Amino acid sequence: MAEVYVNGKFAGLVDNAPDFVQRVRQDRRSGVLSSEVNVYYDSVIDQIHVEGSRGRCRRPLIVVKDGMPALTERHVKQLQKGELSWSDLVAQGVIEFLDAGEEENALVAFSDQEVTPEHTHLEISPLAMLGVVTGLIPYGDYIQSARLIIGSRNLKQSIGMYATNFPLRMDMDVNLLHYPQTPLVTSMMHELSDYDAHPSGQNIIVAIMSYKGYNMEDAVIINRGSIERGFGRSTYFRPAVTEELRYSGGLMDTIGMPDKDVKGYKSERDYRLLEDDGIVHPEAKVKEEDVIIGKTSPPRFLSNLEEYSLASNIRRESSVSLRHGEEGVVDFVALTENEEGNKLVQVRIRDQRVPEIGDKFVSRHGQKGVVGLIVPEANMPFTASGVVPDLLFSPHGIPSRMTISHLIELVAGKTAALGGRMVDGTIFSGEPEEQIRKELAALGFNERGTETMYNGITGEMYEAKIYIGNMYYLKLKHMVANKIHSRARGPIQLLTRQPTEGRAKEGGLRLGEMEKDTFVAHGASLLLKERFDSDRTIVPVCEGCGVIAIHDTLKDKRYCPICGENVEISDIEISYAFKLILDEFKSLGVYPRLVLKNKY
Amino acid sequence: MHKDLEEYADKLPLKLLQEIEESCPAGKLKKVAKKVFEEYTIARIDAGEAVGLISAESIGEPGTQMTLNTFHYAGVAEMNVTMGLPRIIEILDGRKSIATPSMEIFLKSPHNKGKDVKELALQIKETKLGELVSEYGMNIVDLKIDVKLNVDRLKEFDIAPAVVAKAVEKGMGADASVKLEGDSLTLKLKEKEDNRGLNALYRLKEKCKDVFVKGIKGVRQVLPVKRKDEYLIITFGSNLKKVFELDFVDTERTTTNDIYEISEVLGVEAARQAIIDEVFRVIETQGLDVDIRHIMLVADTMTASGEIKGITRYGVVSEKASVLARASFETPIKHVINAALKGETDLLNSVVENVMLNQTVPVGTGLPALITKKGK
Ligand SMILES: [Zn+2]
Repeated sequence: MAEVYVNGKFAGLVDNAPDFVQRVRQDRRSGVLSSEVNVYYDSVIDQIHVEGSRGRCRRPLIVVKDGMPALTERHVKQLQKGELSWSDLVAQGVIEFLDAGEEENALVAFSDQEVTPEHTHLEISPLAMLGVVTGLIPYGDYIQSARLIIGSRNLKQSIGMYATNFPLRMDMDVNLLHYPQTPLVTSMMHELSDYDAHPSGQNIIVAIMSYKGYNMEDAVIINRGSIERGFGRSTYFRPAVTEELRYSGGLMDTIGMPDKDVKGYKSERDYRLLEDDGIVHPEAKVKEEDVIIGKTSPPRFLSNLEEYSLASNIRRESSVSLRHGEEGVVDFVALTENEEGNKLVQVRIRDQRVPEIGDKFVSRHGQKGVVGLIVPEANMPFTASGVVPDLLFSPHGIPSRMTISHLIELVAGKTAALGGRMVDGTIFSGEPEEQIRKELAALGFNERGTETMYNGITGEMYEAKIYIGNMYYLKLKHMVANKIHSRARGPIQLLTRQPTEGRAKEGGLRLGEMEKDTFVAHGASLLLKERFDSDRTIVPVCEGCGVIAIHDTLKDKRYCPICGENVEISDIEISYAFKLILDEFKSLGVYPRLVLKNKY
Repeated sequence: MHKDLEEYADKLPLKLLQEIEESCPAGKLKKVAKKVFEEYTIARIDAGEAVGLISAESIGEPGTQMTLNTFHYAGVAEMNVTMGLPRIIEILDGRKSIATPSMEIFLKSPHNKGKDVKELALQIKETKLGELVSEYGMNIVDLKIDVKLNVDRLKEFDIAPAVVAKAVEKGMGADASVKLEGDSLTLKLKEKEDNRGLNALYRLKEKCKDVFVKGIKGVRQVLPVKRKDEYLIITFGSNLKKVFELDFVDTERTTTNDIYEISEVLGVEAARQAIIDEVFRVIETQGLDVDIRHIMLVADTMTASGEIKGITRYGVVSEKASVLARASFETPIKHVINAALKGETDLLNSVVENVMLNQTVPVGTGLPALITKKGK
């Protein structure tokens, strides 16, 4: 008696579980049940699960019956003629989709030669086991599976042609690669996904060698000449958006050039790029802190005291300016209104990004690296035929990661470039490496892909033969220009008077708990104190009651809120955070009393 | 003591002095002692060194490299001892009940030659009725259970049926009467208000399985092993006090990995040593290198109060003198309010408080100070 669950809910019992499951599958194949129904039998706990709910990952497989695939030559011919479609095959029960549960009951053959009577399904193509992105990696059957996954993850972060209508769009934080190319070593997935229409990398010449140690720890060295010819060049778009908000009492924001007497008016220089409507003109070169959209807002909630003051009835400045550390060119200005009918202004800033030290590049095999050095073309190593590599990749990146596909792509790419053709590197069915080597030898090159190279500075020949060839390289969206940050002094938080956090707020770099411990462990007590001086304050303390006293700077008088004026008051130096915690203690109803005494 | 060494009597440890006296010719004693004193002074830690923090880092950093790991004894199913990081955490937390208590019972000569080690082991092992029974028969009408004893087992464990009957009678107490016939026991349920019917009979059956018959309570498994050229018994489950009462046990070398038991039976000093040994053993088996003095310092802190205190908010942290230091660890409001109720004073003597106040911490360069006298 097996229990039957439909979409996870108990539905009843059946006597013959295998027979029941078989009947459900038969009904699905003959179209009685929806093709989206999956069923599986767990013999260990004697339960049958019939699933029709949404959100299951399913993949297509060819049905095998009595050792014969249901897909025949006739089907293939009809498909080629266009007489049959995919959905017809699914409707005929030739192809079915299995979910993770039903896969447990299936025995899937890898290729049609392997099919035996025990098999229940046949793989349409080994490529179908992978997703679209993973399928783009050439020679994926020559790489550790973990690296393959890393490779496909990197591919998703690469800069390319993300949308062909990009000039009309207002996307947040997007990058666009200049001169994108289709890879020389492709896979079937490139064709299937129409990769030609939106490529995201470039074919470059890669030499696997070290160069003055600047490509250690996965760094790569790039030829300055290649960069000047356009390698890895991209544009970064970021829009600045603001709207005229409406407030209670008929008050509202106004977009326009702010008057000089508004609260918080910046310097005149900051507004220099604005036109009469208070918005920058297109093609204006903007730098950090420059105002892009001028805006003023009505005064904030007024406290009783402020209501009578003249200064408070002035509008306040709320312009949008370029963030700290950013620059670019105004690309596109759009004036429109939002759902509520408020005026909406969007300004797209564009910034050309030329590869620089610290930018991240990756091959399609999870071999990512950061640019460690940009070498003038004249100093780059060159081959006997005068070929200068665009990128130098460190040989130490290969052994522990075992990304053999990276090496195969290199020779395959070389053969493709020299032979003037594309090489098919589809996983499990790509052109065999041996054949590629033979072709390379026939083209007059060393079949191993190695060449004699010469030092670009001295002209001396390298003793070792260098492995050099063509590869498809991708630029990743992580660029130093978006991340670089340092600070010596800067803004502090209002509450704690400690430095702000994060690059956007020009924050400090935290010296944390464990870093503090290292100072203590070294006995560097005074250094530690100095490092934590950021919120140092001097406060007057009443020696009578131990409470923080008041220093009236106007009258230059000190007095204790409890004991009054006739009491000894001394200055002490503490962190502002401690003063704050004393106040918090007081709010708890705890009286923290400071007992002062000379330290020495 | 030799007169040449007398001047170092209060400068060098006694053990060192004895070693010098034993291993050096009398004429050179003075010279050797002088050199030893120099080396000893250099090796000593300097005043103001942040020993606690260095210990914490020295144990904590290798701790990140430790793997989860249980140690299995070959040949015996279900016998493994917690090792690795979980064990270290268990010890330093000062847990009362540990995951895998275990003893190493050394035997006095001639028992340690291995002749009767198996019998001795079975004598120690806690035996329950359930292990000695071959069959239960439930008599629902008379509310009786017929328990048929396994004769082979009884022989193996060297127990007479009468002994079993007596143990069962004691164990069942007021719940049932016990009668012995040949090699089977009959348990009759004593009916009471809340104790009648089929359910009560079932409960009785389950309860009688757990009746303690023989051995030492808590010693669930025994494993005689040969180490070098003597036999000893490794146990799973621990009861040091009862084991020490056995006349064939070498009480000088027998140990348990239950620190609390050691503390109860042998005192805190032994517990301190046990903490050091246990932690050090784990670190050693992980192939890590931590100076034993760091562990000694931790063990000292844990046992300094006379009883074992874990390195937790309930243990040593709650003993900290500084209110601010306690508050900075966990549940600050609770600590501050309690301190306020007692009117505690924080003397700002330690590191954390001074970091909070941004004052120099009293270690290293924060300790010495220059005092100048103002002229008139
Ligand atoms: Zn006062």
